[in-house]
Amino acid sequence: MWDLAWRLARRELRSGLRGFGVFIACLALGVAAIVAVGMVRSAIEAGLRDQGAVLLGGDAQVEFTYRFATPEERAFLDSIATRVSEIVDFRSLAVAGETRVLTQVKAVDGAYPLLGQVGLADGADLEAALAGDDGLPGAVMDKVLASQMGLGVGGRFQLGLQAFRLGALLEREPDGATGGFALAPRTIVLKDGLAQSGLIGPGTLFDSSYRLLLPQGADFEALKNEAEARFRDTGLRWSDSRRAAPGVALFVERIGAFLVLVGLAGLTVGGVGVAAAVQAFLERKLATIATLKVLGAQGRLIFRIYLLQILVLSLIGVGLGLTLGAGLPMIFSGLIEAALPFPAEVALYPRPLMEAAVYGVLTALLFALWPLARSECVRAAALYRGGLGRGGVHPRHILSLMVVAAALVGGAVLFSGAWKLAFGTAGGLAVALAVLGVAGWALGRAAQRLARARFAKGRVALRLALAAVGAPRAETMQVVMALGLGLSVLATVGQIDANLRAAISRDLPTRAPSYFFVDIQNDQIEGFRAKLAANPAVSEVESAPMMRGIITRINGRDAREVAGDHWVVRGDRGISYAAAPPAGTNITEGTWWPADYAGAPQVSFAAEEATEMGLKLGDTITVNVLGRNIEASITSFRVVDFSNAGMGFVMVMNAGALQGAPHTHIATVYSAEAGEAGILREMAEAYPNITAIGIKAAIARVSEALAAIASATRWAASATLLTGVVVLIGAAAAGVPARIYEAAVLKTLGASRGRILASFMLRSALMGAAAGLVAIAAGATAGWAVLVLQMDSDYAFEPVSALVIVAGGVGATSIAGLVFAWRPLAARPAQVLRAQE
Amino acid sequence: MVGSVLTLKEAWLTLAGNAGSVDILKGISLTVTQGQTLGLVGPSGSGKSSLLMLMGGLERATKGAVHAMGQDLTELDEDGLARFRRGRMGVVFQSFHLIPSMTALENVAVPMEIAGVQDAFPRAEAELEAVGLAARRHHYPAQLSGGEQQRVALARAAAPRPAIFLADEPTGNLDSANGAAIMDLIFGLRDRHGATLVLVTHAPELAERCDRVVRLVDGRIAGEAL
Repeated sequence: MWDLAWRLARRELRSGLRGFGVFIACLALGVAAIVAVGMVRSAIEAGLRDQGAVLLGGDAQVEFTYRFATPEERAFLDSIATRVSEIVDFRSLAVAGETRVLTQVKAVDGAYPLLGQVGLADGADLEAALAGDDGLPGAVMDKVLASQMGLGVGGRFQLGLQAFRLGALLEREPDGATGGFALAPRTIVLKDGLAQSGLIGPGTLFDSSYRLLLPQGADFEALKNEAEARFRDTGLRWSDSRRAAPGVALFVERIGAFLVLVGLAGLTVGGVGVAAAVQAFLERKLATIATLKVLGAQGRLIFRIYLLQILVLSLIGVGLGLTLGAGLPMIFSGLIEAALPFPAEVALYPRPLMEAAVYGVLTALLFALWPLARSECVRAAALYRGGLGRGGVHPRHILSLMVVAAALVGGAVLFSGAWKLAFGTAGGLAVALAVLGVAGWALGRAAQRLARARFAKGRVALRLALAAVGAPRAETMQVVMALGLGLSVLATVGQIDANLRAAISRDLPTRAPSYFFVDIQNDQIEGFRAKLAANPAVSEVESAPMMRGIITRINGRDAREVAGDHWVVRGDRGISYAAAPPAGTNITEGTWWPADYAGAPQVSFAAEEATEMGLKLGDTITVNVLGRNIEASITSFRVVDFSNAGMGFVMVMNAGALQGAPHTHIATVYSAEAGEAGILREMAEAYPNITAIGIKAAIARVSEALAAIASATRWAASATLLTGVVVLIGAAAAGVPARIYEAAVLKTLGASRGRILASFMLRSALMGAAAGLVAIAAGATAGWAVLVLQMDSDYAFEPVSALVIVAGGVGATSIAGLVFAWRPLAARPAQVLRAQE
Repeated sequence: MVGSVLTLKEAWLTLAGNAGSVDILKGISLTVTQGQTLGLVGPSGSGKSSLLMLMGGLERATKGAVHAMGQDLTELDEDGLARFRRGRMGVVFQSFHLIPSMTALENVAVPMEIAGVQDAFPRAEAELEAVGLAARRHHYPAQLSGGEQQRVALARAAAPRPAIFLADEPTGNLDSANGAAIMDLIFGLRDRHGATLVLVTHAPELAERCDRVVRLVDGRIAGEAL
């Protein structure tokens, strides 16, 4: 029977794609958005993979926190590598005259870079630039930072106690993408040049890394295992070019998956258009279907004939979408590669194409199946009585629908790799569609009633508009669902974005300190505190000794075995010590050690994190500090608030446990904005080795990063809205013949064109407003769920973007109404009415 | 003795509408024998077309029995009725109801294709030739005149050699010359294939050409002439 169905379907398809513009556009747009996102993601992944060694700065890298490799460790590295390069990375203030700007310093040796090229302005040579002149060591500095400091090549600046000569301006670091999120722009110097700077010493905050070139055919896994086994619990961290930038890769993977799911929302909006187009198509085919039934065709044959046609049309739409989605990144490959902060190789990748094609075909099927299934029920008698069959659809189609829906959700889970997000999106979309469906139905019913209500009497335009919105077979449902879903996605992005921005820009500064000072030496802390106490601009100072360490064991077992992938055991953490609980400490369980305690090490642990990690009082924690293991037992839990950018240590130990280890102090300084510059000047002059991190600047960097993510999301969401607008235009265009007839009848009855136009506009605005209102509710609910349930943050309804959404809905439908009112208003009644007879 | 091809016993057709249900046919009992030509006449809305559709299994009787060629049509579902019509019944409508996306030839071949007839297209060509449209076999319905479209519809109904021919005002949309030509063709086809013909018509001269005429008024048989 498939053979015959295909033969008959082909005959019908010969009449062309007329009436399928919206169907094809909806699918093409949705698929194109998904492909484009997938293509860029694949391009970045390929870039990271192919450029792995360059990004890492070597075939492999070994890192330490606050210390250099011991002679044994260095000897081991020299023995396995053909070449080793030592790098030190830390933050410091670059000072030129009165200007002090935070910079991320990379101190390198002569071997740097082992791979790739450092890009310097005007083709300058790195070695010459770092060699220095006039008896000063050289440096290269990020272009933006140099301009911020008013420095040109040959200019002088200080890092700590050491003066440097700016040798060249830095444009690109080959290994710049692996460091993750940086709070400050880069300065590169030779490590030897820092000897007199006072910036690198025992206890100061720096990372050292050793980039290795390995012999051809080296077994990375074996070398990694050997390094980790030989220097177990020393804080040695190995990474290699197999996964050079795991942070970037993970970020790209997650944001990519998220954007694809936003694209899927667009495809769902398109699905509403698909369903409407298929419904309209089958209504046009009613006579043909009934005729085929008269001629002996069974329902199953009818279903197959039209299913095959829809599949062919879907493939055309999907094909167009694939071409568009893959073509755009290819055309703009230069721009994309230049705009991304990490390497990307834009090419034609099969996986995103396949992924989007699967999404496209399954979505088309999901939304076309119901109207298709109903075509099976068309009765032969429809030839002279009209109308689709009233009977329901065959149970096998309901089963098919469930299978297709499951395949679509399964595909989303499989492709995105984030099952919670995929299920959440699928559930959210299903609920949103259901709510929008109910809203569309309710709007129709309400309009029907209101049209008959007393207040509508005498208001002809309003009554006509209400009657049209509530009429059977009106486009109300379709418009409210498609536009509403598009607006809902945008509203959700708007609510989340506005709330995150509000959390950063409104909440933090009221509680956050002005500066973090780090690297305050033991012999400087007293003077440092005294100076601040004497400064009237300072409202509050907190300081604490600090070192960093890695939790290696919990109760003697590997920490990761016990706590899994919890962030506390993932890297090195700040640790402090104190004799007495710092002011404001809230101990939830256990007791603090006595002020004169001098026994075995004890630790007070952050309560919430302890619960998450499954820790209890009496457990032992082994922390590696500067290569030395300290085993402490947990004697208390306390509340630690990380949300106010103040000081928060997961672990505080008794003084005796850590006092002997080299360490520095950190301080947070609170001040009114007016006094901030003065404090920085005074402290930096008195203590050139101390680094100040301006919280406002850091927050601005975080805000920039968030804005970039929000902007990417908004682009993806815009594709969703665009699809919604296509559906809206389709619905408006489909309604033109009915409006032409209606306008002709109304004109005959004496209605002016102004009154008819007002009625048309009013009905459009009503539908747009309904879509907008539902979108606000959906956006607020989804925004609340993401912020409160997922991000553990606060949610407050953001009215500005909400108002923009409603205005957008009303505006979009009104414009469509206006554009598509032109022909009905222009048509001459006599011609129209005669043609109807 | 000639056997009955169509038998209706106390057949009712009631349709549900928004304003309540309406009885279209009210207890029709009628037997049509093989090879007979039956004319159904009556005023508009008397139920002539509905009775024809009941006989063709395009409508299902609400009450009573409808037998066609020994098969109780009330027992069959929509698909069963479609299967039953294959090769047994040919239907011609006033509005032709050709499939606009198919050529004349394809329109004629389609019922045979559905029935799985191997030589559907050669037979369709022969049938088109029989109605004088061989030269226009590759034309689409929109490219044919009303008379030509009805001839295609006729060829389509006749091609599977049905035992029963049902024609619902086949000349209603045609001028008198085309109408007469179509009726000649219908009666010619009936004579050639020996089929039973049931014809709904308003035209007395067409009714006169039938073996038997049943008059309907308000869903009931009001009289009969042999």
